[in-house]
Amino acid sequence: MAKLNINGKIHDVKVESDTPLLWVIREQVGLTGTKYGCGVAQCGACSVHINGELMRSCSLPVGAVKPGDKIVTIEGLSADSSHPVQKAWLALDVPQCGYCQSGQIMAAAALLRKVANPSDQDIDDAMTNICRCGTYQRIRAGVKMAAASAAAFAPANEGRTILADPSASPKRRGSL
Amino acid sequence: MKKTTATASRAMSATATITAPTNLSRRKFIVGSAAAAGGGLTLGFQFPFAIPSAEAQGAGNAYAEINAWVVIRPDETCAIRIARSEMGQGTLTGLAQLVAEELECDWKNVTTESPTPGQNLSRKRVWGEMGTGGSRGIRTSEDYVRRGGAAARIMLLQAAANDWNVPVGELSVSDGVITHAPTGRKTSYGKVAAAAAKLPAPDPKSITLKDPKNWKIAGKPMKRLDTAEKLNGEIVYAIDLKLPGMLCAAIKDCPVFGGKLVSYDEAKVAHRPGVRRVVKVNATTVAVVADTWWHAKTALDALPIVWDEGPNASQSSATIAEHLKEGLTATTAYASRKKGDALKAIDGASKKVEAVYSTPFLAHSTMEPMNCTVKVSAGRAEAWVPTQNAEAALAALSEESGLPLDQCEVYKHPLGGGFGRRGGAQDYVRQATSIATQFPGVPIKMIWSREEDTTHDFYRPISQCRLVAGLDDAGKLVALHARVSGQSINAFLNSPAAKGGSDERQLQGWYEKAGNAQLGYTVPNLLIEYAMRNTHVPVGPWRGVNTNQNGVYMECFMDEVAHAAGADPLEFRRALMKSHPKHLAVLNAAAEKAGWGTPLPPGVHRGIAQFMGYGSYSAAVAEVSVSDQGKLKVHRMVLALNCGHAVNPDQIAAQVEGSVAYGLTAALYGECTVDKGRIVQQNFNTYQIMRLAEMPKVETVIVPTYDFWGGVGEATICVVTPSVLNAIYAATGKPVRSLPLKNTKLV
Repeated sequence: MAKLNINGKIHDVKVESDTPLLWVIREQVGLTGTKYGCGVAQCGACSVHINGELMRSCSLPVGAVKPGDKIVTIEGLSADSSHPVQKAWLALDVPQCGYCQSGQIMAAAALLRKVANPSDQDIDDAMTNICRCGTYQRIRAGVKMAAASAAAFAPANEGRTILADPSASPKRRGSL
Repeated sequence: MKKTTATASRAMSATATITAPTNLSRRKFIVGSAAAAGGGLTLGFQFPFAIPSAEAQGAGNAYAEINAWVVIRPDETCAIRIARSEMGQGTLTGLAQLVAEELECDWKNVTTESPTPGQNLSRKRVWGEMGTGGSRGIRTSEDYVRRGGAAARIMLLQAAANDWNVPVGELSVSDGVITHAPTGRKTSYGKVAAAAAKLPAPDPKSITLKDPKNWKIAGKPMKRLDTAEKLNGEIVYAIDLKLPGMLCAAIKDCPVFGGKLVSYDEAKVAHRPGVRRVVKVNATTVAVVADTWWHAKTALDALPIVWDEGPNASQSSATIAEHLKEGLTATTAYASRKKGDALKAIDGASKKVEAVYSTPFLAHSTMEPMNCTVKVSAGRAEAWVPTQNAEAALAALSEESGLPLDQCEVYKHPLGGGFGRRGGAQDYVRQATSIATQFPGVPIKMIWSREEDTTHDFYRPISQCRLVAGLDDAGKLVALHARVSGQSINAFLNSPAAKGGSDERQLQGWYEKAGNAQLGYTVPNLLIEYAMRNTHVPVGPWRGVNTNQNGVYMECFMDEVAHAAGADPLEFRRALMKSHPKHLAVLNAAAEKAGWGTPLPPGVHRGIAQFMGYGSYSAAVAEVSVSDQGKLKVHRMVLALNCGHAVNPDQIAAQVEGSVAYGLTAALYGECTVDKGRIVQQNFNTYQIMRLAEMPKVETVIVPTYDFWGGVGEATICVVTPSVLNAIYAATGKPVRSLPLKNTKLV
């Protein structure tokens, strides 16, 4: 048994304590935005925040999560995709296949929490997640755009109130 | 707003078990059912094979299918049908732009829908080919999708004309608003859609398509239609699928290709948490099925398995290299191009240049590992799958389940990367189906571990190439002989195209014929040969396929020859390209944008390359530095591309940027080696992928000539590596002839 605080909600999960947090999030809690890419903390597709710190959840046994730890996944980064990183990603059409982007966005958000105005070197050092589509150039631009917008619009916190434009993000793909 | 889907039609009665229409799209349905705890929604997966014809749509129906490509709803939503797979390459948005352009709808109202292969089959393949590879997604469907959009526009205008009783020629349309100028009346697509759906369709051949010069939606950098759902965890990849009662499977295939599964000891893992059963998948593969994938995977890791590794267990990279090396000088080879007498001309040349190059096997490493979910019930098989070829997936499902095609259906999910891995083979669909047939009525989600993914790919074929050039006294290239020795994709596929070793595909980029992958140089004496040397390692298409290797061979050697001639690499190429103006124009565009010949910061050097594949012309200039310790840094890359028509310049730029990352990863690190018959590299710690810090600044120059339709996704990767290698040559004075670079000391 484990009690997990994920995106502000408490989940009681029945699971072996050596199960990686990634698989608890995906299979027990049912949040699938956090991805499996390698299982050995190489690719970062599984990145989440624990108490604001970036963690690769594929290599963290759920037993190592403390009862008071606050876990945030991509689904909880913002209620309405209004985090500056999400907005910048939308503005620049950063994702291609999109599979790694949950992790990229979580990594970028964690970087900006620590360094409000990151240099290229800061971005190089922090953004080590793998993207096979090769969106790195836009990720770099996205981090810079998010930093600029967060600084401009929301000095007090993480800048989650900027440029809300729901029409900019319609869901436009489906099946017959 | 009432929204209905095809399930609302009468056509479903033949196959469906529910009569009430669902007001959810199928995609929403999966999301919804995932959130629901119970299994009551499973009925929704009984899908009709047929979509209603236009006539079947009642006037009051909220869903008006104007034709196979266009559905209009009363709220003015234009749902455009996209048959090709979206794996990040942007085809979904590009095809929607082409349809919307002719439809003259409001781009803001466009959504997309994906037909299933079962629906395509039942409507006599009205949506054409669904396979998405070879950079064909747009270039081979542009004509019929634009005609589909135009036909819908004609019907919508006719419906308004009928309603007002005026000649259709007096109407105009813009952004889905129809105007009758003489009377000032206006109506909209949403209002006339139901009537339009009942009209006869115009003959597609009678339609005149717009001159691309007048495009308003196509040709513009429209935002992708599928970005928002990739930012918040909402998008459901097949690996994320949740179905009521679903079990998960982890598989292990024999580590040695060609080996066999002998036995496994199920009792050793049967007691582990969540484990249901261990099953044989096929002659080479075993699976553990459990309540969660983590339980299945850890039990599989603990499962004692006996393999018969077979005759290939003695194979290694060294034995394969020897096999290929023999082909470089073997007395017989397939001569693809023979002009003049290259061997004689080289013998008599005043200067001879010779080099042998090699490139390794490469894995695709899509970020989403191979996976597939299959449910097989009495008389029905369904698969949820990331696939580049949904129809091949349907065929695989049918063959493996033993059920006829019309009792099978495939639900295509967005792909977490494709790059050629998820095309024709559909090996993972077969595996999941085999497991699911052993659990009747239970959905089985099979996921490969990254290790399984890296060690059981269809790899980019390994090859070597020997090139010899003859120069005359003036330093002019008089003869060129290239002999590729290596594995054939067609031979692995048992294709007749590989018969007798005469496999043109392995010489992609060296063709004489214009239009596809034509060599851009004219050489008086030319001999291009292929010596087929197959191995036991499975091979397949890998983004850019054989233009990758052949681009390196041709373009790096061209720099060596230019060096021997004492000529500037750009000028040397230009002199050989007078009969290939499109190749030359793209080369010039890259050189001009990069400032070829202008001073660079100390220690920075340039390299250039041009090559052709997928019907498009590409060139690149790389700027690199090599430190005293031999550390390489790629600072900047300029890529020029002529793909004929540029449907979405921003997404073309994204593909070019991506091709740099995919190509550079291969150049720097990419290598799957073989030891004891198996692939050595298993995960990203040993199969290294380039990270953001190593990404150069990429500048994309699109120079469309609007007189052909070329591919984009795979076009530019072939010039990435040679331009970088040529810049390294300029920096160090030493050509690099073997990849990846990690194995070479640069200084």
